[in-house]
Amino acid sequence: MARDLDRLAGAIGEVMDRARAAGLDFFPMRYELCPPDVLYTFGAYGMPTRFSHWSFGKAYYLLRSQANLGLAKIYELVINSDPCYAFLLESNSLLENTLVAAHVVAHADFFKHNWRFQGTNRQMVHTMSAFAERVRLYEARLGREPVERFLDAGLAVAEQIDPFPGPRSEPGRDLALFLLERAPGLADWQRDILSSLREEALYFRPQMETKILNEGWATLWHARILREMDLPPADTLEFARLHAAVLGPHPHGLNPYRLGCHLLESIEARYGRERLFEVRAVETDVSLVRNYLTPELCEQLNLYVYAEQGGQWQVTATGWEAVRDALVRQLENCGLPYIFAEDDNYRQQGELYLRHGYDGIELDVTHLTHTLRHVHHIWRRPVHLETVLGGRRTLYTCTGKDVTSRAL
Amino acid sequence: MPETPFLISREDWSLHRQGQMDQERHQARIREAIRANLADIVSDEAIIASDGRKVVRLPIRVMKEYRFRLNWQKQGRVGEAGRPVSAGQPVARSDEAAEAAGRGGPGEEAGEDWFETDLAVEELEELLFADLSLPHLEPRQEPHITTQHHEWRDVRRQGIYANIDKKRTLMEAIKRNRLAGRPPLAGLRREDLRFRTWDDTETPQANAVLLVMMDTSGSMGSGEKYIARSLCFWMVRFLRTRYDRVKLHFIAHTTEAREMEEEAFFTRGESGGTRCSSAYEYALRLIERQYPPDRHNLYAFHFSDGDNLISDNPRAVALLKQLLARCALVGYGQIETQPQYMAMPYYQPNTLLTLYQQEIEHPRFVTALIRDRSEIYAALRAFFPPAGERERGAG
Repeated sequence: MARDLDRLAGAIGEVMDRARAAGLDFFPMRYELCPPDVLYTFGAYGMPTRFSHWSFGKAYYLLRSQANLGLAKIYELVINSDPCYAFLLESNSLLENTLVAAHVVAHADFFKHNWRFQGTNRQMVHTMSAFAERVRLYEARLGREPVERFLDAGLAVAEQIDPFPGPRSEPGRDLALFLLERAPGLADWQRDILSSLREEALYFRPQMETKILNEGWATLWHARILREMDLPPADTLEFARLHAAVLGPHPHGLNPYRLGCHLLESIEARYGRERLFEVRAVETDVSLVRNYLTPELCEQLNLYVYAEQGGQWQVTATGWEAVRDALVRQLENCGLPYIFAEDDNYRQQGELYLRHGYDGIELDVTHLTHTLRHVHHIWRRPVHLETVLGGRRTLYTCTGKDVTSRAL
Repeated sequence: MPETPFLISREDWSLHRQGQMDQERHQARIREAIRANLADIVSDEAIIASDGRKVVRLPIRVMKEYRFRLNWQKQGRVGEAGRPVSAGQPVARSDEAAEAAGRGGPGEEAGEDWFETDLAVEELEELLFADLSLPHLEPRQEPHITTQHHEWRDVRRQGIYANIDKKRTLMEAIKRNRLAGRPPLAGLRREDLRFRTWDDTETPQANAVLLVMMDTSGSMGSGEKYIARSLCFWMVRFLRTRYDRVKLHFIAHTTEAREMEEEAFFTRGESGGTRCSSAYEYALRLIERQYPPDRHNLYAFHFSDGDNLISDNPRAVALLKQLLARCALVGYGQIETQPQYMAMPYYQPNTLLTLYQQEIEHPRFVTALIRDRSEIYAALRAFFPPAGERERGAG
């Protein structure tokens, strides 16, 4: 065991020296080896110190059962923090963990330099840990049910944030903040939960916006660093196999590692090393695709647009502009709808009026009706949401248990 | 020493159980939701059709994390392939892609809901039967039906060599040798030998007999029969949780009664009038011939749409009382799906239910009125009332 750890420390040291020499600049690194179950837990919670909630238990269960079925294998989890925490699987081979170390060093460089991460809380591990402790206290004091019920509701709206909060932000754009400031009669513990969930959502948001860019960046560098290392032949083969698996196309959906890595390789080929480092600092997924996707890449990666036609899902377009536009559209706002809080005193009755910023894509009605109940749980008075369905303006109203809709 | 500073460590994570604990909470939430939906689940045809299978797929929409989401169904999304594709080529099975599309955010992982719809029948039974009870159980005179088995319970110094207990024999040898200050395995002696011996035990085996009677005349349509079948399915399963064996008899009647196979019983229809006393008579004869009441736990249930020849009513009541004297429980389920009854709540037709409720008052007689599938669960609870509701629930 100790010898394995020494060998891994040696490999990681070399990885980091090579990364530094290549121009990567990252936070001090803290590597933790942990058993698979613990890694799945962190993967499900997104953070080793997050509060307890059944939805994370569900995510953990899914990750673990997929791993048992051999469908997915998490190799690492890396935290946007200073120092940067990276969790490695103790059952990984030396080569696997060497590759993972190279991968996470590039993530740490990305966290440190990408513009979207500049305002993020680098001490979030402690912030979340303190919140988790307060949730435990609330549960002990008030009972599990009311706290869990409020967490359910809070989590349902917490992703409805303005990703760029500040004086210039549009009023009502941040539903979580609107509720926090104006929901009548919130208890202190509810205010704390809502504001903490919002803070966590703000912390995770840049990671959602840069999935392709960040994974592409890390994949590009783990490959370069390992290729430079003097590996024994068996390890070289294992590395080639692992890297090929990372870059394989996903049967349903898009593999961010594949698209990101190829995009960045082509940027460097076209514009040079300096531009590569600039792109990692100034782009997000949306701007990366919009600015740099080329017809050649679309063809090389066999990208296509698909949609349902006559009950069957089929390829509808392969042209690069169609692909680019569809991809930008699905990445826009992390694929989430825009919900604006328009009125906190609708009909002069203290009712909440929300409006969906409809731009051609309808809301999922099942999700909508259930989510309105969650909003009502926080607002505790009737909640309305205006959207467009089948080309007609439609108002959904939740007065508690029931949700009704009518055309406007 | 490498130039770039870093730390690498391995902690003791053995007490880290947050994931498991929250998953248990998730499972508990699923069970709560299932419990809240039992009335719908019980009448689900998939379960009845699944007889024999261990897991049923149920359309229970629970434990989904609801958010504001876009409906990507009609919107083109981007996919990738390992080789060139062309327009018009199918990409994935519709349900998979629909699932992927319905989920919205591109950052989310696949496989969101699949475990929500699978439920082990056993687990469902556990929930369903948790608060049902078998009321009015009277101990049978003596346990006539017993099974014999052997239990290895004792160890002796004498016995047959086939049954030698090697472990204990060695232990004895070690003990003796060590006491004498010798190495532990310095020879085995006759006095070390130990033999296992057995006892014959007899355990009483509890058996139940379920007599299901049903009006199979023309007025009982397939919807009515489905309800009867569904109830029967759950009754048998419930009895099986309380008895080692449950024997079934299906007695169909119009004006005459006859025994049928289960499948035909619930599917085939006949024409003719209705004389339900014929079924009671048949059941009584069956009990007399095969199932002496002091040796068997008898359950008799009758399903009908409530119609009976008026002239047959006195006889039906009399025979039903005789059944009650012999059975642990007699139940009558009236299945009225005809819309005229629904439309006229104050209409009190002259049905078997009203007749029985007037004429028979007996702690072991239970009745239920079932107007549609959603009332199957309520009927089950009326037949086997939860301990606390027994007084109110019994017909």
